[in-house]
Amino acid sequence: MDKLKKLTTCRLFWPLVCLFLVLLFNFIKSPSFFKISVNNGVLYGYLVDIFNRSSELIILAVGMTLCVASSAGTDISVGATMALAGGVSVYLLGTGNTYNMPWILAILAGLLVSIVCGMWNGFLVAKMKIQPMVATLILFTAGRGMAQLITGGNILYIKVPNFKYLGGFLPHIPVPTPILVAIIVVVLVSLFLNRTATKLYVESVGINPKASRLFGLNSNRIIWLTYAACGLCAGIAGMIATSRISSIDANNVGNLMELDAILAVALGGNSLAGGKFSLGGSVIGAITIQALSTTLYALKVTGDQLPLYKAIVVIIIVTLQSPEFKKFMNRYKAKRAAKAAGEKVAS
Amino acid sequence: MIEKIKSKLRGNGFLLFVTIVLFFILYIAGAIAYGDRNFTSPQVFLNLFISNAGLIIAAVGMTFVLITGGIDISIGSVIGVVCMMLAWMMEIKHMSAGLAIVLVLAFGIIFGLVQGFLVAYLKIQPFIVTLGGMFFARGLTAVISSDMISIKNETFLNLANNKIYLSFITYYNNRGIAMHPYIYLSVVIALLVVAIAFALLKFTKFGRAVFAVGGNEQSALLMGLNPRTTKLKVYVLNGFLASLAGFAFCLNSCGGFVEQARGFEMDAIAAAVIGGTLLTGGVGTVIGSLFGSLIKGIIETIITFQGTLSSWWTRIAIAALLCFFVILQSVFKSIREKRLAQSED
Amino acid sequence: MSDEKKTVLSMKNISKSFPGVKALSDAQLTLREGEIHALMGENGAGKSTLIKVLTGVEEFETGEIIMDGKSIVNGSPQEAGMNGISTVYQEVNLCPNLTVAENIFIGREPMKMGHIDWKTINREAQKILDNLKLEIDATELLENYSVAIQQMVAIARAVDTQAKVLILDEPTSSLDEGEVEKLFEVMNMLKKRGTAIVFVTHFLEQVYAVCDRITVLRNGHFVGEYKTEELPRVKLVATMMGKEFDDLADIKNKAGNGSRRNNEAVIEAKGLYHKGSIKPFDLTIHKGEVIGLSGLLGSGRSELARVIYGADKPEGGELYVNGEKLHVKAPIEAMQKGMAYCPEDRKAEGIIADLSVRENMIIALQAKRGMFKLMSKKEQEELTDKYIEMLQVKTANREVPIKTLSGGNQQKVILGRWLMTDPDFLILDEPTRGIDVGTKTEIQKLVVKLAGEGMSVMFISSEVEEMLRTVNHMGILRDGKKVGELEESELSQENVMKAIAGGDK
Repeated sequence: MDKLKKLTTCRLFWPLVCLFLVLLFNFIKSPSFFKISVNNGVLYGYLVDIFNRSSELIILAVGMTLCVASSAGTDISVGATMALAGGVSVYLLGTGNTYNMPWILAILAGLLVSIVCGMWNGFLVAKMKIQPMVATLILFTAGRGMAQLITGGNILYIKVPNFKYLGGFLPHIPVPTPILVAIIVVVLVSLFLNRTATKLYVESVGINPKASRLFGLNSNRIIWLTYAACGLCAGIAGMIATSRISSIDANNVGNLMELDAILAVALGGNSLAGGKFSLGGSVIGAITIQALSTTLYALKVTGDQLPLYKAIVVIIIVTLQSPEFKKFMNRYKAKRAAKAAGEKVAS
Repeated sequence: MIEKIKSKLRGNGFLLFVTIVLFFILYIAGAIAYGDRNFTSPQVFLNLFISNAGLIIAAVGMTFVLITGGIDISIGSVIGVVCMMLAWMMEIKHMSAGLAIVLVLAFGIIFGLVQGFLVAYLKIQPFIVTLGGMFFARGLTAVISSDMISIKNETFLNLANNKIYLSFITYYNNRGIAMHPYIYLSVVIALLVVAIAFALLKFTKFGRAVFAVGGNEQSALLMGLNPRTTKLKVYVLNGFLASLAGFAFCLNSCGGFVEQARGFEMDAIAAAVIGGTLLTGGVGTVIGSLFGSLIKGIIETIITFQGTLSSWWTRIAIAALLCFFVILQSVFKSIREKRLAQSED
Repeated sequence: MSDEKKTVLSMKNISKSFPGVKALSDAQLTLREGEIHALMGENGAGKSTLIKVLTGVEEFETGEIIMDGKSIVNGSPQEAGMNGISTVYQEVNLCPNLTVAENIFIGREPMKMGHIDWKTINREAQKILDNLKLEIDATELLENYSVAIQQMVAIARAVDTQAKVLILDEPTSSLDEGEVEKLFEVMNMLKKRGTAIVFVTHFLEQVYAVCDRITVLRNGHFVGEYKTEELPRVKLVATMMGKEFDDLADIKNKAGNGSRRNNEAVIEAKGLYHKGSIKPFDLTIHKGEVIGLSGLLGSGRSELARVIYGADKPEGGELYVNGEKLHVKAPIEAMQKGMAYCPEDRKAEGIIADLSVRENMIIALQAKRGMFKLMSKKEQEELTDKYIEMLQVKTANREVPIKTLSGGNQQKVILGRWLMTDPDFLILDEPTRGIDVGTKTEIQKLVVKLAGEGMSVMFISSEVEEMLRTVNHMGILRDGKKVGELEESELSQENVMKAIAGGDK
């Protein structure tokens, strides 16, 4: 009993249960769900597909987790940043039969732009003390416009085939590249967080910025850095999304991804009020969202209708997490216990 | 008297003042640049209202929510689903226009009620609640129909296309023919909403409670107000106004499709912020939000007149303005804090 | 004379306890028509609880409140208001975004034909303000006025609700002298109209300037009710602080402890100040010395420490650390110079509630070393265990969140956090507040021990007893100003209280 209790209070317990339920449902519905086969030298299967498609979301969720933890605020500009970063890279590479410049430089330029976006958001939040939601609303509004400006309002296509590597497969490697990138990002970020004092700093600033300042942390700088990191993550996700379709459509790349990313953070058991966080939780959250989507697709729900079901999941989860709801339930439980005790005495 | 005006212009009044001045500067700039192409015609001015009627109504609702310190990012989706419901009810279910309109307005109220309950009574962050609302309404739109439905209902089209001529204004077009400018029903609704909302905020206990709750919820409670019901009422009102905005929007578009009014909530927030509403709550005017909406309209108009600039410049210009106003607000706040800190010594 | 006045309200035998603490036991308070009644007591004496009980914020367990001969129970501040009891809190509880007039009338706006009658509101509000001889424009936004004026508006609102009893809960803590004068005028005016005023303050001057009677509470008990003219200051201070010696041994080893005034200076402040919190002061702290700061709450004792540490950036003056000039911009710079600071408000500024005991302990040292030099898990655990043992922190293990610990143990963790950084100069602001007697003694002993090992310590406490047992030297503060110092030889309860009270009135 005690062990069970310990298990259920573990941070990752509920997120994992959610994911497990979704997967279980799929397994019952089609037992071939967990089958992974090798076709043409690459991996195939539902699971691979889910993992592959959730890559961008995982990367975004990593950055979002940091912002939420340090500032109790969300960065709603990540979708626009994705479009902007992708747009810059594609523009620099050009639409000819060869690249206009080395691809690595173009990608670095795109990532640089995304970091600058993040730094701008961080500046507004940390230094100007503007609420995160409003501060990032500016780039949310302008980002896609700027991306359109770069692409001239057209959908630009890259003709050079190897641009697809990032969003598809590298030669001779059976695992989709996005999965590899997502794994690398998660591993690098968690190594950085845990091998330096960064995780401790971010959590400390997120929980009590006033006290943190008194024992020597520079709260503003830490918040600023998390936003810069979030921008970089958005840039990487943008590169993958762009490479997947070998083109940039500034209107649609990463559309509404910011909301999914925030949802992934919350689903992962992280409080949107900041403070202690678990990167793993956010990753699980992101995969759960994608698994849910894939499942619903299999149930003939169209992509348009998907949000309806997501909404129901969101509302149920936040209601269960709400302190007021917990208070209410506790009162109810106490009442029942009192009643039961009363009956015992009476008998 | 001058003292009085000066004091009104201090602080938040000043922000409203900047907005109104900015609107006229943009208008005059447009008039100077494109005067030869009828920019100054009264119809062009009225078109600002015609094309932004939905935005004005939505921005008014948003203003109420923002004053309480909350936020609602679901209204774009609500507008989308309202348009779709109207089209579906009239075209697929062959309901009368009147019934359909009443039903969507009722839907808006219920939608607001649920969101309001979650925010005010369960104390869940407004952003998350309305994020759920946003997903829900958008998904519902697609569940109703993933194809576009055009409205052919006669009563509705008559409502939509009925030009109301303002016969007291006469102007001459470039061929020298005398014209009366016109507006549509949507504009009448929008202006009525602005007027009623203005009175509601200024002259009723509910309106003042909205400000008090946004200014300091704890104080409001100690002064005998009820923050919870006030917030609930605000979200219900906002739900109603969002569906009304959807109706006005539909009068313009006469159809429903899944992607309709996507991102509209951000336009409404931007309009309110440009109009001097503080996202920290407690400060805001519907007049400011009206002008905020009109500023978006005038930028669009100028860009249309200019001809070569693409439509995304509108978004960049709005973001720049948003940035300007947000930073202005932030600077104002720190100036006030500094001044008060000094006056305390 | 005032004895003949009618009793308006009396609270009798009021008891109230919070989990683990008896906040009030048999407290009482009697208010007469047209008097200003000071409610006095140090921290934790039960003043604010008594007021909360009176205004319906908290329920009381035993006792009764009698108003105009009838027993009343206030379930909420609103209900108290209807019974004629209005309160003005230390923090202004008004809406800054509304006009002054509206703040006076909100919730009970006069209506005319279904809409709010702004003309009447503005006119009536102006009348109320004029009656109180306040030069405030009723149509101006409240936030455009200083906190002092806002406080006056709060009083105007309270008065207008036809209050028979007006409670002013530390209304003067943010006012300057002129503004306090203004407040006194208003209070005297109300007194003439027959309002009974409860005045809570920690400024003695103010008590003697306006109050007719004084009720003193200590540790939740009623100590006594006195006429102001019959209770000299020193006696008041003594009554508030209590004289009972707890049976703790005198832990300071006088013989080995002699004056350390001749040791080299560690900290030297010259004319350091911060606007609105502490006036320019000079202070020298020597190696191995425990310096106490004494003064009533709000006298500037915490603020002085904060300015030295850089928690509040000094706005002028000079600070030398080990002879080297230091411009502190952020606490980290003071830390690098060997300072450490345990803040007064443990919950808001000390602990990181959700983090573990280990994380809370190592974080200052980690911050000092820098982000990229993460201490190894082993080092963290060893250090944490070392200090858990040394300070005898009672915790299940080092990984439980600090918020699950008791106050005293949290305080020890914070102490451990700072000792880990091996400071030369340690500031302890109320390190023993709200913790049990045993832990108190442990902390006092520790301070003496640390000083013996050469650390300089600044010890701030509202308990004089405790300070006398630990410090070698004492700075005295009053009303945001350092007013004097006491040498080791001068340290006695009587001298300290005299110095705190100021003057011989």
